[in-house]
Amino acid sequence: MTPAAIDDTTLLAVLAPFAAAVVAPVLTRWFKHNAAWPLALVPALIFLHFTGFIGPVSHGETFVASKAWAPSFGVNFSVYVDGLSTLFALLISGIGTFIILYSGGYLKDHAQQGRFFSFMFLFMGSMLGLVLGNNLISLFIFWELTSITSFLLIGFDNLRAASRRAALQALLVTGGGGLALLAAFILIISATGEIEMSALLGSPDIIKDTGLYLPIFLLVLGGAFTKSAQFPFHFWLPNAMEAPTPVSAYLHSATMVKAGVYLLMRMHPLLGDTVLWTTILPLFGGLTLLVGTLLAVRQTDLKLMLAYTTVASLGLLVMLTGTSHEKALEGAVLYLLAHSLFKGGLFMVAGTIDHEAGTRDVTRLGGLRSAMPITFAAACLAALSMAGLPPFIGFIAKEVLYYGTWNWPGAGLAVTLTAVAGNALMLVIAAAVALKPFMGPKVETPKHAHEGPVLLYAGPVVLSLTGLVLALMAHTTGELFVGPTLSSLTGEATHVELHLLPTSFNAPLILSLITIGLGIVLFTQLDRLRALMGAVLAAIGWGPDRGFDQFVAGIVGFSGRFTRLVQTGNMRTYMIVIFVFTAIAVLLPGYLTGGFPAMPDMPVYRFYEWGIFFIAALGLVAVLIAKTRLTAIVSLGIQGFAVALIFMMFGAPDLSFTQFMVETLSVVILALVMTRLNLMPNDHRPLPVALLTGAVACAAGLGMTLTLLAITQQPFDTRLSDFFAQYSRAIAHGRNIVNVIIVDFRGFDTLGEIAVVVLAGLCVLALIRVRTKPDKTAEASTVNARQAQVSEAR
Amino acid sequence: MRTIIFRTIAPFLTALMILFSVFVLLRGHNDPGGGFIGGLIAASALAIFGIACGVASVRRAIYFHPMGVSGFGLFLAALAGILSFFKSQAYMTSQWLIFELFDVEIALSTPMVFDIGVYLVVVGAIGSIALALEEREND
Repeated sequence: MTPAAIDDTTLLAVLAPFAAAVVAPVLTRWFKHNAAWPLALVPALIFLHFTGFIGPVSHGETFVASKAWAPSFGVNFSVYVDGLSTLFALLISGIGTFIILYSGGYLKDHAQQGRFFSFMFLFMGSMLGLVLGNNLISLFIFWELTSITSFLLIGFDNLRAASRRAALQALLVTGGGGLALLAAFILIISATGEIEMSALLGSPDIIKDTGLYLPIFLLVLGGAFTKSAQFPFHFWLPNAMEAPTPVSAYLHSATMVKAGVYLLMRMHPLLGDTVLWTTILPLFGGLTLLVGTLLAVRQTDLKLMLAYTTVASLGLLVMLTGTSHEKALEGAVLYLLAHSLFKGGLFMVAGTIDHEAGTRDVTRLGGLRSAMPITFAAACLAALSMAGLPPFIGFIAKEVLYYGTWNWPGAGLAVTLTAVAGNALMLVIAAAVALKPFMGPKVETPKHAHEGPVLLYAGPVVLSLTGLVLALMAHTTGELFVGPTLSSLTGEATHVELHLLPTSFNAPLILSLITIGLGIVLFTQLDRLRALMGAVLAAIGWGPDRGFDQFVAGIVGFSGRFTRLVQTGNMRTYMIVIFVFTAIAVLLPGYLTGGFPAMPDMPVYRFYEWGIFFIAALGLVAVLIAKTRLTAIVSLGIQGFAVALIFMMFGAPDLSFTQFMVETLSVVILALVMTRLNLMPNDHRPLPVALLTGAVACAAGLGMTLTLLAITQQPFDTRLSDFFAQYSRAIAHGRNIVNVIIVDFRGFDTLGEIAVVVLAGLCVLALIRVRTKPDKTAEASTVNARQAQVSEAR
Repeated sequence: MRTIIFRTIAPFLTALMILFSVFVLLRGHNDPGGGFIGGLIAASALAIFGIACGVASVRRAIYFHPMGVSGFGLFLAALAGILSFFKSQAYMTSQWLIFELFDVEIALSTPMVFDIGVYLVVVGAIGSIALALEEREND
């Protein structure tokens, strides 16, 4: 079915959070933390807008809206609304509403709360733009924006080195993946000629038929695996827990990290169901699931435990998506929905405990149930869903995904066993997070714990209750959310029939019972398991996190060594290299082709013209025999003025004018540099060096002369000069062609040039201001190098 | 260098050169001149004034930091190109406003604004380099 066009309201819905980001700091200044209430209206309204799509989308309709952005490149700001994007948009705006409220309570009285709201809204808008993105280029831009906003949020507490490191790590990993994705999109666009996702999805085999399937597939995986923290790129996600808890709950569990899974699901009709797809995705997904859960068991920090289970859940989702089996895909969609709800809620619970009790170390918490009853209730509801127990959405998801993996004709058994092991460990963590801080005897905590304000518990309560309600209305959930989303994945209308309780005693139920039994046994042995994992990790002693540090240190070290090799800091070396290469560049082509120009006949010059030539030559001789450097600089000026006079006589007054000014200023500035830097007044080069530099100078000069001769002997192409002469007055209203070219015909070039002048000026200024540098000669040479650049820029 | 003759003449010379630089800038569209040359003349004027009367007095006289002047010039030049957006034309399409004032034809245009930007960039950048280099001998 071709997508129907809709009005621009949906485009505005994507842009609304960006507008909210602008007003958030102002509102926060006026209302302090209570600004969260009006601000939360923005995502709430977006949520309402997208609920309007639920009905039509569940009947298999799809929609597009588009605004031209850079039409000459085919880049549009366009959205594509189908089951998958509706589900994601609802999750982003719905959870976003409660996250904004929660942020109001969590960062109450924080000096930078306004900025925090701004970053959150920027992220929300980017994420909406990503999941609704129809045009591949705008989708990519929003993808990168989520990486950048994630960087800003992880590094929000920018005074702590750990935050800064985590932020940079997340940016480098996801940004690197983003580059792979850009390459993938460019390949897709150039191979298929389509730039809109809806057009690609209209003919599902279009990429498989191009012969570029393999590179596109691998590059898409590069983007998806880094974003969704798949092994071996999983390390950045737990480190991202340096961010304030609302960020962890929103970006690093419920939404952003699912962008990779979203991409895989979105591309499933185009790239899925091939041997590569059903091999690589289950393999890496399964590995991530096991690694994530095992590392989670090791942790005692509530947030880190949850973070590693997020890694595991993402692995599970990738594994299920990788099977390309309809029932397993249905399980993936259900699990995605369940996970966003319970993990967002649990993170907020962890944050509330941290906020109210002053610690989130599970070994230092206990007996909070009477002090924080509402939080405890929300934690239990969410944890039951995470553990996969009835009557929660997590249970239904688990039943369906077991059914899918069990019946998958591929490596069904291996995938099922991985899922069982992962889910059992997930149950262990769920129990540990929900029970350990609240049950048992009361433990003395750094702060006197009591229930947080409504801003803090609204989110966890609503999200965990939603998990319950969706399960109780299993039939409707299947019809309205899971079915349409599954249709987007399979590329054809799919009907989903969900039941709260199993209809028969079948394999998935047995697998569920095994999972629960295994989980309970492991939970009783949690301390022993934790010690065991600690010992194993200590034995391995190396992980991708350390590897990342080594990688970055290696790159920095290499770049440093390379820079020191190329940039010696010695002005004379630079100049010799430049002139040697200039000489080669102008002499070699003539030598190879034998095309040195013939000596032209000497034109007849007037006596005063000869006079000026003589003055120029005199200036040069003076440079050579000058005793001091200052004399040499001034003598060079003589030659420059003579050249300016030549320009004047041969009809280039503008050029001559500029040459006069440049010569004057060069002499003044060079003289100032001399005095400023206390250079030796004399030149102390030994004879061999002087001969060498002299030879290089002669070669370069000879080469330039020959090149000029060769150029002037070519027939003069008058097209450009004719054009300028003809139109300068007519369309640009100017008689001075040179000036018209500079400011009008080629104004854009000039804009670039003056930008260079400003930058060069700043650089020179910075170098002059460096006073503490002990090494005088190095400083002198760098200033001279800049000087040369400035003259060049002119 | 700071002879009494030089110090007496320098302010007048500087004033004349600045005036001349503006003249060169404005006539540039039809006769030899333009923002680039004008800027170089003005920068030389600042350099001369600095050598004669000290950098501190130059900085007092121009009030703004020369690098700020330069940055503003770049901003102005970039801004001049945006005006064409309002007529749905490509960036930097020139816009002209020609009218008569006291029987003299006045032609205002975005290329002129652009050229003024170039002028300010050059004065600021070259002037600030020259002043920074002069600074230490004087203070």
